[in-house]
Amino acid sequence: MRIGAFCVLLCLAGLAEQRTPAPAGGSARRGGQLVVAERSAPRSFNPVVITDNPSKTVLERINADLIHINRRTFKTEPALAASWTASRDGREYTLKLRPGLKFSDGHALTADDVVFTFQVYLDEKLAAPQRDLLVVAGKPIGVRKVDDLTIVVSLAEAYAVADRMFDGIAILPRHVLGAAYAAGTLAQQWTVATAPASIVGTGPFRVSEVVPGERVVLERNPHYWKRDGHGEALPYLDRLVLLTVPSTDAELLRFKAGELDVMSRPTAEQFESLTGGQYNTVDVGPGLEYNFLVFNLSDGAAGTPLARRQAWFGQEDFRRAMSAAIDRQAIVKLVYRGRAEPLWGPITGANAAWRNTSIPHPPRSVDRARQLLRQAGFTWRDDGTLLDRAGTQVEFNIIVSASRPERQQMATLIQSDLAEIGIRVTISPLEFGAFVDRLTRKRDFEACIHGIGSGDADPNSDVNVWLSSGNLHLWNPNAAKPPTPWEAQIDTLMRNQMSVRATGERKRMFNEVQALLAEHEPMIFLASPHILVAAKPTLGNFQPAVLPHYALWNVDELYWRAASRD
Amino acid sequence: MRRGTSPKAARVARGALLAATVLLHVVILAAPWVAPYDPAAQHRDVPFAPPTRLHFVDRVGRWHAQPFVCAIVHVPGTFFRYVEDCATTAPVRAFVRRQEPFGFTTREARHLFSADPPLDLFLFGTDEFGRDVFSRLLLGARVSLAMAIAAAGVALAIAVVTGAIAGYAGGFADTAISAGTELVLGLPWLYLLIAARAAMPLALPPPQAMAMIVILLGFLGWARPGRLVRATVAAARGREYVMAARTAGASTPRILIRHILPDVTAVVTVAGVVLVRQFVVAETTLSLFGLGVPEPVPSWGTMLAAAQRPRALTETWWLLAPVVGLIVVCMVYYALARVLRPDPLHNRP
Repeated sequence: MRIGAFCVLLCLAGLAEQRTPAPAGGSARRGGQLVVAERSAPRSFNPVVITDNPSKTVLERINADLIHINRRTFKTEPALAASWTASRDGREYTLKLRPGLKFSDGHALTADDVVFTFQVYLDEKLAAPQRDLLVVAGKPIGVRKVDDLTIVVSLAEAYAVADRMFDGIAILPRHVLGAAYAAGTLAQQWTVATAPASIVGTGPFRVSEVVPGERVVLERNPHYWKRDGHGEALPYLDRLVLLTVPSTDAELLRFKAGELDVMSRPTAEQFESLTGGQYNTVDVGPGLEYNFLVFNLSDGAAGTPLARRQAWFGQEDFRRAMSAAIDRQAIVKLVYRGRAEPLWGPITGANAAWRNTSIPHPPRSVDRARQLLRQAGFTWRDDGTLLDRAGTQVEFNIIVSASRPERQQMATLIQSDLAEIGIRVTISPLEFGAFVDRLTRKRDFEACIHGIGSGDADPNSDVNVWLSSGNLHLWNPNAAKPPTPWEAQIDTLMRNQMSVRATGERKRMFNEVQALLAEHEPMIFLASPHILVAAKPTLGNFQPAVLPHYALWNVDELYWRAASRD
Repeated sequence: MRRGTSPKAARVARGALLAATVLLHVVILAAPWVAPYDPAAQHRDVPFAPPTRLHFVDRVGRWHAQPFVCAIVHVPGTFFRYVEDCATTAPVRAFVRRQEPFGFTTREARHLFSADPPLDLFLFGTDEFGRDVFSRLLLGARVSLAMAIAAAGVALAIAVVTGAIAGYAGGFADTAISAGTELVLGLPWLYLLIAARAAMPLALPPPQAMAMIVILLGFLGWARPGRLVRATVAAARGREYVMAARTAGASTPRILIRHILPDVTAVVTVAGVVLVRQFVVAETTLSLFGLGVPEPVPSWGTMLAAAQRPRALTETWWLLAPVVGLIVVCMVYYALARVLRPDPLHNRP
């Protein structure tokens, strides 16, 4: 694998020479290309079928949305829609498009394209991943054209964050895809084999060349609508090259060799090797990802060994004891070299607006863990082994994704922490597909270490984690009705905050949700890694964010400082 | 022994090799006593500590017969960079007894050597969790070698049975078994091993995982010794003393056990030694891919997996200690195989 990567490296060594010179007479910032790495090649350019991150990275560079969430401020800002107003009851939004918008092929964008776009995404037959986001209170949103520049969106009931709903919804060109949609072949359009010129969007770049499995080259979209403060058309860069680099070690080597301009998300250890002035290294601080230990509390395991263990996992004192025995500071220090934040709840320090600051952060205490276990009827053998009421030795297995070494390290630390209170823990690193299958579909696991990286700072982005009917309610998903009173309480709070529009009131409700989670500990929150990014020091406007894409979110504003552009 | 070596030199070499082999196995067998620490104990305040230096000369230049160690302190502002602070020292003692945590109490443990607490003696440094690499290396060797020897036993048992049947019975049995042997030999066994292990349940407690690896290795490694056994048995079948025994009315099992197997013993011993060497490497490879023995049981493969980091060679080179261990074990077993190889000059005519 390394050897393979090295061969690709040699083959592509000529890339650096391909940088085009700045056009004469252009602005000082205009020109040059940016070379970045992705873990795998994009699978498609079709927004209707894309769910994987490398494809999304390309998708978000070649498309634009009506209303955009600023990745640094978390606030909504106008994109293709210049302005929007909500009706008094909060059920109708009127959006005004910018005048003179054009797709990357020069064709005008009108309200008809917007109506077509939502028709496509809401089509049940297509089952687009965007559909769930556009369904409010069980009913799809309604979109109708008023005139060429005005659209009205209607919701079944008031929705607190209706404007955030439009983020990432790529507007599709009816003149290109209309026929395919009518013929029922939309899902087969815009594959990696499609001629780049017929892939049309409204983003800062458009596809120029695709070498499957090797690289995707995007070029400046001359019809892009956005301008900088001086009225100059964006983006500044002429080209954006996305290379397929399968491992983070290989990415680091190529970044250090100067072939890549940005190193996105190095590990803490790699990051340390980049600090020292040669590169522009940015520790953005904690992101929105929260890592946790969760026990399987699903029903339907009666009579199995899991059911016997669930008798322990189901006891709140048992879970609290686990939480008290785990050394979060050690995780921060040993797994992330200090570049992480210990967690006692799902909301990280990056999201101060929504964090409940009154949740306690008790330090590790083996004594407290023992006291809680004793309280719950557990005892110890002379050699320190923990026994339950029936005299059975307490032991369980933790599954973890083999592709996430940091979670395996957390598991090893927790294994040692829990050994101190007499619990024998085994760890099974599983291939990612098998891991997800056991976790979400088969529910065949005892405990699991996993992480969720919220896509947005708003609590609604994780509603399927907190609702007992949610498919990511990992301790007991898809429940027909809430199994415990406190889960019922969380359900009510989460549902209510969705329709309340006063932010203060929503914050109060979500604070209560966080307090309930901290009290009952269905998930034992561990740590949130810092977002680390590095770039060549001459890359201008480089302002990594805590939301993805951490480095490229403002790619239209990135530029090469004069001296470095060749 | 190679022709041309003087008998005396050969005897010395043989003796030295024997001593090395015995020493290696004694150390590995006595690992819990030789190793100064529990291999799973995490010294979380000193991860990635470099090997502790043994000092013989103190700060005023005086020599000490008994070595001592200095305290190590963090370099402020860095993670996992240490410097020695010889203002605090502790002697290293041999044959120590000390109290170690056991459950919520302590118990007495004996070790070959150890530095006086609170200072530590990490002969080969520590890993990412602050576990003593030297202790893990020794206990990992125990795990790896025990599994390799057991697997070699399984493989040889299969080889002797199939080889004896094929070589003695001949005919269809020979053709069938030989074809099977050729097939197994033709397979890329390492990949097959990884595929077979990956197809089995991953969530196994350490003892079952070890048993499974032993069986897997055994069932994939019998072909080459099987062929050797077959050739030896087939050759012996035609010898006069075997024919004489047969004419005298001896039963087939008696002929096999009394007259043919002694010939096979030498072949099998050498094959076994070669297999152990191969299997140690195979087990390490499996564990390296995360398919071997699960944490926290130390194994050379899992240790090397943790050493897979971009700057291991320059920054944390001591994590590569299992590589040295592998080379030593392989060399000792290789030399052993050469020495045990039946000498054509002293063979039966």
